[in-house]
Amino acid sequence: MPRPVLPKVITANALIEGDVVYMTAKGVWSRCLSDAEIIDDEADAQIRLLDASAQSGDVVGVYLLDVKAGPNGAEPVHFREAFRRTGPSNYLHGKQEGLGHV
Amino acid sequence: MYKYSDFDTTFVAERNKQFRGQIERRVSGALTEDEFKPLRLMNGLYLQLHAYMLRVAVPYGTLRSAQMRRFADVADTWDKGYGHFTTRQNIQFNWPKLNDVPDILESLAEVQIHAIQTSGNTIRNVTADHFAGAAADELADPRPVAELIRQWSTDHPEFQFMPRKFKIAITGSANDRAVTKAHDIGLRVVEQNGELGFEVIVGGGLGRTPMIGKVLVDFLPREDLLPYLEAVVSVWNEIGRRDNKYKARIKITVHEHGIDAIRALVDARFAEVKPEFSGVDMAYLSQFEDAFAEPVYATRSVDAYDIAYKNDPVFRSWADTNLSAHRAEGYSIATISLKAHGKTPGDATSAQMRVMASLAERFGHDELRVSHEQNIILPHVHKSNLPQIHAELSQVGLGTANIGLISDIIACPGMDYCALATARSIPIAQEIAERFDALKIEHDIGHLQIKISGCINACGHHHVGHIGILGLDRAGVENYQITLGGDATLDAAIGQRAGPGFSAAEIVPAIERLVLTYLDVRLSPEETFLSTFRRLGLAPFKATLYPEVKAHAA
Repeated sequence: MPRPVLPKVITANALIEGDVVYMTAKGVWSRCLSDAEIIDDEADAQIRLLDASAQSGDVVGVYLLDVKAGPNGAEPVHFREAFRRTGPSNYLHGKQEGLGHV
Repeated sequence: MYKYSDFDTTFVAERNKQFRGQIERRVSGALTEDEFKPLRLMNGLYLQLHAYMLRVAVPYGTLRSAQMRRFADVADTWDKGYGHFTTRQNIQFNWPKLNDVPDILESLAEVQIHAIQTSGNTIRNVTADHFAGAAADELADPRPVAELIRQWSTDHPEFQFMPRKFKIAITGSANDRAVTKAHDIGLRVVEQNGELGFEVIVGGGLGRTPMIGKVLVDFLPREDLLPYLEAVVSVWNEIGRRDNKYKARIKITVHEHGIDAIRALVDARFAEVKPEFSGVDMAYLSQFEDAFAEPVYATRSVDAYDIAYKNDPVFRSWADTNLSAHRAEGYSIATISLKAHGKTPGDATSAQMRVMASLAERFGHDELRVSHEQNIILPHVHKSNLPQIHAELSQVGLGTANIGLISDIIACPGMDYCALATARSIPIAQEIAERFDALKIEHDIGHLQIKISGCINACGHHHVGHIGILGLDRAGVENYQITLGGDATLDAAIGQRAGPGFSAAEIVPAIERLVLTYLDVRLSPEETFLSTFRRLGLAPFKATLYPEVKAHAA
């Protein structure tokens, strides 16, 4: 059975800090998944991925992640992305520290 | 201890300067990430889940107090106030910024520490028995040889782009505390006809294809060591598989060709290589042996120890679990647990690092060790100082009496940090430790090693844990597989898979059932979990892990 195609968000790590970042509809990177643009069309996602990958001066490791739409924007589907969104579970470090929103 | 020569200092400074330039060129856009990545990996800099990670080598696990103190400074200045000690005797900083890394490396170089070859397809940090130079059961201190191997392997022109990484471990004791049989090459100092030499074990390794190393030669004269190592690595570098990274390690080469064929190839290569070694390696070794001369031990009363041992039950408990036999009269080897119940295995805060450095300086001949079990060791302490050492450790949360017990867990960083992980390790280790601490049966259970890896690469050594736990991603959910009966010592064994995995919520209760069953079926408190498993096999443990299967069958 073919797997259903899920909506996508473009993600990467910031070049200097390493922070997880997401591409917004305005074409700039945000630390918050809720700011991310949700891309429903797969072909569109591939083109946007190419464009985002070209911004290699700002980010590293650009890829598409599967999401589902929630009341506050994109929500991760996989637990790995849930951890990337917040930070490690043993300390309140990473994005969960400081910023109230994730 | 070994101190850098002028050559070493210049070499490390030059490398750091090069890397500073490479980072600047990456930031300016002159280098692409594809060009930059191999350069940063050569200098121990990874990109992990949430941040960069800098892996810094602690050569053969030996540190001076000034070096430990510098780790604390690095943690405070450029990281988040802590460091993570690993199963390869390295320290990892989890939150460095890319443009701070050159300053970090220069700071570390001031205390003769670097991150070269802590990644990449090179010969990695040579690991050694963490009791080296102190253990009562030792034939010879393996660290001069480890330093020789380090100098030979660092920037070795033939071995910078190998099929895969290459790990060497060495022990000078009959008891293997360095897991030599799970390394690409394991070296054991052995004696034959009054001469010291090496048993060379090859092709061990964990990861997705765990294998116990095989003896390549049972006695190698000391003067043949470097040319022989060069021959082994050279043979593998040539015939090791580069078509598939999962089949590239020497364990697969040995498995595919057979140990006898490998031995023949190595012998032939050795015959070519040996004449190229003029003996300068032995001259260096002799210098290193001087550098690692034994400290001058004091002879004085151990009354303070005896009194504290008799009167203070907390100290007694710590002394019973955390001290090991030292070769010198009146001395002990003290292991400082980085496994306080509920804390992250292997993590030390900057404040804790400073206390350990201070204790080493005042009471421990300025020496510290990092163990592959992710603890810190004061290798030479006079027993009379132990009550004070214990008191100072306890003040900063380092007084846990659990070495070798169920809460002394090896755990890799897992999916809390690692980009390769398939599940988390740290929270499982924290929960197990807290659970058995709450049950107050940890000391009754006795020697039991739990080792947890968050993926098949097995950095957490799960295959050789008495109880091994492997975290996997099963259809988008964390799932934990249990293996039983692994052994990391001279009787090294790969654990057997117990059966289907458990969810994150089920794994700690499953471990509890397993351990309670052991307590039920052991012949006496002296029969360890591992001995009991060897006597009874999987059956009673499977029955308790999977009661529904048993009920179904009945």
